[in-house]
Amino acid sequence: MCQCSQQKSDLSLLAPVLEKYAAVPGSLITILQKAQDIYGYLPTDVLYAVAEATGDSPAKVLGVATFYTQFRLQPVGKYLIMQCQGTACHVNGSERISKAITEELGIRDGETTADGLFTLKDVACLGCCSLSPVMMINGETYGTLTPEKTVKILRSLKEQAGKEAQG
Amino acid sequence: MRRIVIGEGSCGIAAGAAKVQSALEPLLKEAGIPVGITGCIGMCYLEPIVDIYEDKTLVRRLVRVSEADAPAIAAALAGEDLSALDALTIQPDDEAFLKKQTRIALRNCGIVDPTDVIDYEARGGYEGLKKVLSGMSQEEVIDVIKVSGLAGRGGAGFPTWFKWDAARKSQSKNGSKYLICNADEGDPGAFMDRAVIESDPHNLIEGMMIGAYAIGATEAVVYVRAEYPLAIVRLENAIEQARAAGYLGRNICGSDFSCDMRIKAGAGAFVCGEETALIESLEGHRGMPRLKPPFPAQAGYWQEPSNINNVETYANVPWILTHGGETYAQMGTETSKGTKVFALTGKVVRGGLVEVPMGMTLRDVIFGIGGGIRDGRKCKAVQMGGPSGGCIPYEMFDTVIDYKALAATGAIMGSGGMVVMDETTCMVGMAKFFLDFTTKESCGKCVHCRIGTKRLYEILTRITEGNGREGDIELLEELCVAVKDGALCGLGQTAPNPVLTTLRYFRDEYVAHIEKKKCPSLECAALLRYEIHADKCIGCTMCARNCPAKAIDGTVKKPHVIRQADCIRCGQCLASCRFGAITVE
Repeated sequence: MCQCSQQKSDLSLLAPVLEKYAAVPGSLITILQKAQDIYGYLPTDVLYAVAEATGDSPAKVLGVATFYTQFRLQPVGKYLIMQCQGTACHVNGSERISKAITEELGIRDGETTADGLFTLKDVACLGCCSLSPVMMINGETYGTLTPEKTVKILRSLKEQAGKEAQG
Repeated sequence: MRRIVIGEGSCGIAAGAAKVQSALEPLLKEAGIPVGITGCIGMCYLEPIVDIYEDKTLVRRLVRVSEADAPAIAAALAGEDLSALDALTIQPDDEAFLKKQTRIALRNCGIVDPTDVIDYEARGGYEGLKKVLSGMSQEEVIDVIKVSGLAGRGGAGFPTWFKWDAARKSQSKNGSKYLICNADEGDPGAFMDRAVIESDPHNLIEGMMIGAYAIGATEAVVYVRAEYPLAIVRLENAIEQARAAGYLGRNICGSDFSCDMRIKAGAGAFVCGEETALIESLEGHRGMPRLKPPFPAQAGYWQEPSNINNVETYANVPWILTHGGETYAQMGTETSKGTKVFALTGKVVRGGLVEVPMGMTLRDVIFGIGGGIRDGRKCKAVQMGGPSGGCIPYEMFDTVIDYKALAATGAIMGSGGMVVMDETTCMVGMAKFFLDFTTKESCGKCVHCRIGTKRLYEILTRITEGNGREGDIELLEELCVAVKDGALCGLGQTAPNPVLTTLRYFRDEYVAHIEKKKCPSLECAALLRYEIHADKCIGCTMCARNCPAKAIDGTVKKPHVIRQADCIRCGQCLASCRFGAITVE
């Protein structure tokens, strides 16, 4: 972790979280989850602030942040597409859905579109196996996907975002 | 009084149940018909489901309901005659899905309102806990569990009473003992734990409190997967209600026993399903397994005695206490007692959540309850136990659900994922799929797992891409044994199972990939060859126009040809040809 980055996060937002949990043993994951809720991801200076407050080394904090798939070290797009790669989805053709998303948006797993609208993330299993193949976008689940249906959903979200930006 | 209940587990909501609810509510409000919710009914393939009750009796179940059906439903409900809803009503074939099951862990799922403790109490809820706290000793409780034969439903099948007894006998250094629930359901293709928590959270709380009393726990913790937001919300709500009703906290049910409960949201790591890794994660570290011994019963969470069981294990406990261990043990086989919940998915006609007595054959579950294979295709195998399990071929579907019998096939009982595959699923691809998963999820602590799974994945990848070499099968086998023997925890020790079982039962598919460079299931794109048959091609140009790689040559009304070197094997030509002139092999 390089401290020379110019990143400046508003650490006052984090203060109540640290006040509540920093002294409670075993709370590092909880603190990082709450920090991600606040900032949308885990900026470097936030990780340092957490390390200082909890007394953990920055290396340990980064170690935990990179170990768990939930944590992101980069900002995500307006729409976070979580594409299920579970067994049932695999058997029912999730690969075709991945391909359709990549062709439509030009991004692969872990990437964000240049306009900052979409981030694609593969996840292990969303637990909606009977609706496979499935993806979840900002908490809403879309099931029994086909490549055509997927593209339609993505286009309608684009349209919606366009309208929001205008008015 | 007439009322309706809508199935709102995550699956139901994903299928549109909440939209159906918002469409129905205003219409039924006028008619004075209450709208309630319940959790997962288990018939995921029929969601959204709307149940019509007269008082406590289910009179009609409507399936695959959409918002557009709301006015018709409301109109019919306002009158006496419900026959206008016949078209939406469940068919007898589909009802058989439920009738062939024996529901204990899921006994309230799809019936009670998961947000209401009173509903749970009305179904005999918390009676087991009250019985335990009205004079049973810790030993007596453990004895009932021992008689029942209940074993760990997370997959390993370790006797529950033994773990409880070890934790009970273990001395705490500072007076604390912990009871932990593993709800970090990581097996891709399994969702039983999510369904139990979403649909019947009080059942889990009651089971955990009985266990907490038996071992003398001072605190209970539920470690839930972060990918299950609805489960967390419902459990939080249930914990508050249980606390207010005196089932949690100080002097539970007026006894001397005190124990509180909290939720810890996981952060996404499959390895945290391993109990010592879960404890590491609870303590705020990376989820890396510890060496055993000491076992959690001696030195677990914060080095104090701890007991960890899976959600489904606890979900059986209240029933066992109210009905007796003997009654539970009457179900099942010599070596496996009671029932097991499975998430039946894949290429099956009727997918969903099923609970069956041990001893039922795989055939009865997949064909009897699941209705067999979709689209009239041939069944090839069933995958059980996820990344730690294996594929059991169709020819062995007379195998019974039993820890020992399943282990003998090379698969495992597992936590309950049951993914059915037809002839279009490539078994080498399946093994590769699971190794891709374990490679990503390996915590990296031990070399055999970290590097061994990676090498296995690389070999499988080259086989599926047409670069398999002579000797690869033997190399895979050797590596599998090494990883099994050398890995520290269950993740690594079982990671080779998907490879070993597919090698055992589908060796010919591996041979076809390596020697003939062919994928018999036509799934591995790199091994496919698309061809246009000149005798059937009329030169309509459709394929050439649809080809994204512009790899098809030809002029109008003349047979076309695919330039194999440029073909990207996307299959667009095959899909677009209306004259059956294109084949793939």
